[in-house]
Amino acid sequence: MNRAALLVLADGRFPAGGHAHSGGAEEAITAGRVRDVADLREFCRGRLHTSGLVAAGLAAAAATGYDPLLLDEAADARTAAPALRRTSRRLGRQLLRAARATWPCAELDDLAATRPGGAHQSVVLGLTARGAGLLPVDAAYAAAYESISGPVAAAVRLLRLDPFDATAVLAHLAADIDHVAAQAAEAAQHVHTDGVAALPAASAPLLDLTAEQHATRPARLFAS
Amino acid sequence: MSRAAVPSPPTPAPASTPASTPASTPTSASTPTERATPTERAVVGVHATARIRAARAGGTTVVPVLSGDGPFDLRRGRAHGDQARVCVLGTMTAPLGGDRLHIEATADHAAHLRITTAAATIALRGPTTAHATYDVHLRVAEHASLHWLPQPLISAARSNLRQSCTIDLAPTARLLLREEIVLGRSGEPPGRLSTRLSVRRDGRPVLEQQTGYGPGAPGWDGPAVLAGHRAVGQILIVDPALDRHPPRARLFGDNPATGQAVLTPLAGPALLITALAPDTMRLRRLLDAAHPIP
Amino acid sequence: MHLHHSDTSPDGHTHGPNGSGGSGGSPQRPGGRRALRVGLGGPVGSGKTATVAALCRTLRGELSIAVVTNDIYTREDAEFLLREAVLPAERITAVQTGACPHTAIRDDISANLEAVEDLEERLGPLDVILVESGGDNLTATFSKGLVDAQIFVIDVAGGDDIPRKGGPGVTTSDLLVINKTDLAPHVGADLEAMARDAKAQRGDLPTVLTAVKSTGGITPVAGWIRERLTAWTACPA
Repeated sequence: MNRAALLVLADGRFPAGGHAHSGGAEEAITAGRVRDVADLREFCRGRLHTSGLVAAGLAAAAATGYDPLLLDEAADARTAAPALRRTSRRLGRQLLRAARATWPCAELDDLAATRPGGAHQSVVLGLTARGAGLLPVDAAYAAAYESISGPVAAAVRLLRLDPFDATAVLAHLAADIDHVAAQAAEAAQHVHTDGVAALPAASAPLLDLTAEQHATRPARLFAS
Repeated sequence: MSRAAVPSPPTPAPASTPASTPASTPTSASTPTERATPTERAVVGVHATARIRAARAGGTTVVPVLSGDGPFDLRRGRAHGDQARVCVLGTMTAPLGGDRLHIEATADHAAHLRITTAAATIALRGPTTAHATYDVHLRVAEHASLHWLPQPLISAARSNLRQSCTIDLAPTARLLLREEIVLGRSGEPPGRLSTRLSVRRDGRPVLEQQTGYGPGAPGWDGPAVLAGHRAVGQILIVDPALDRHPPRARLFGDNPATGQAVLTPLAGPALLITALAPDTMRLRRLLDAAHPIP
Repeated sequence: MHLHHSDTSPDGHTHGPNGSGGSGGSPQRPGGRRALRVGLGGPVGSGKTATVAALCRTLRGELSIAVVTNDIYTREDAEFLLREAVLPAERITAVQTGACPHTAIRDDISANLEAVEDLEERLGPLDVILVESGGDNLTATFSKGLVDAQIFVIDVAGGDDIPRKGGPGVTTSDLLVINKTDLAPHVGADLEAMARDAKAQRGDLPTVLTAVKSTGGITPVAGWIRERLTAWTACPA
């Protein structure tokens, strides 16, 4: 195993389509709920402990080798907003393309064949981590970090935040990321015996609501 | 019934006491349990279970099982067509810290059942800081329907409640569920509240949702989760007919200050309405606008 | 479950003939090649969308064409093309770029590749797909993973020193279009100097000075596309 693969996978420049998504930050900014660095930090904290935790759990479970199609179904049940399901599948498909070129493996090919429209991003992420020889907890870290690095990058562009302050938000949440990744990896250990019900399902009402709102906006910079 | 009237048994009691006979009035006293050594706080809470079972009988639905102990007082309401109606009366301000409350309701084949509660459920701190649990398990058989329409759950300051609702549906079963949560009585912060809603249809997950609000839940009041709203509610509808006529996502309420709701089709034949509002009155108004429930 | 096993090559990877990865695989034209993908880049207002519109009008009778737009903020470019009815709506797709139009065509081409492949999958074999970038600066270029050839569109009103200044778009694009030559007298642009500077920057790479909105103005650009398509089709897959 090469732990350094985690750096490649979690790098914001990994070409998997994430740059065009704000993780709900654009709509939160449009609605006036995120105006400064302090708001951004609370937005990220909420996202990390809800959809970030869910993604981390699914990714960690996929990295253990658990059936990705069952996890894909579990992701659907944990994603009430159709706009978020569409986004997750689109990003999953884009990640799958990048992953198959970067860490080719039969499991990724099989998933691409059975889910040509895209599997959920978190499931693909976990399977990619597995293909790259990483551990379930590494997959959880990548998913947890991804859940807030996108909103921070988007907020820098949308609010013209000082990039140093914005990056400090990510550093400030490092302990939270640790906690979420550990929680997710721990839950994923039980998936083989208890099924997908063992995985986190934390929801954030506003993320669901604003995802649908954002999808109706005629003018937007980010796809989600 | 009051808690003070309930004597603490000298030995640990079973976790719950299933009522042996159907009853429409409270059965025996609740069953507080004693845990560990006598030096610790003796009473850790009430353990109580309510059981409801509806069955089809001719052209109507009967309720052969209707039993509740502890705070649960169950009443048969007047039937509505072929739908039987049951109301859960809370006879005390449960759940308090340490309580273990359980409701099990089943709609058998082709039975139609509607369950309501008479008053809001208020989670309070009680004599201990330990958490209370309030678990609801609903089962709906083939061609049956169940409406679960409790009054709001209020999380009072310093309370600590873990609520869960587990629902198992047969492929042709139908469900209508409305849940409303109020975070804190007026002017006070909420207690700790975690909820889990698990809906399975034919054994497959339809909706799996956890929430964590109040102290200790990171980010719960921030711009990604509630953004200062104190009332949050949902209506969930599962109906095989939605497969043929899937709804489109819709938004309700254009002013974030007075609350907003969204209707979202789920991945299966189901839809979820999620509403956020400053208070319970505006919450209900939004939910009614999205899907009126008579 | 609809399986796409037939799209996967024996080693399990799906790489297009030009090295671009493809998860779904693209329907192939007779002769065994997917559509020729042509990128159009250039500064805001230089006439990229007008060029795309004119190309569609000129070529749609003889070729099967589709367009991907990379609007910066709105769907205006896509909607302009729809309004002008240069192609049926199902042949035009808009991609959001997250405030970074150059990232979407160069550093992370995922969304554009997907849009291109979706068009081919939905519409069947196509001859040409035009990928129009969001208006950006002179450094924006398309990744070879996304397009087979790129056109860079500048205009005389943007300053007649642009060809002299160079930059990746001007120097490396497969075709440089210097647009709005009809405005040259009004803005005091020296067309000869622009042509000379372009030649100096680009060597043998072709440059067209034209006004794409004028009658026949698109002809040299359309002709270049036809040549590229002929070469693309003749090239073994």
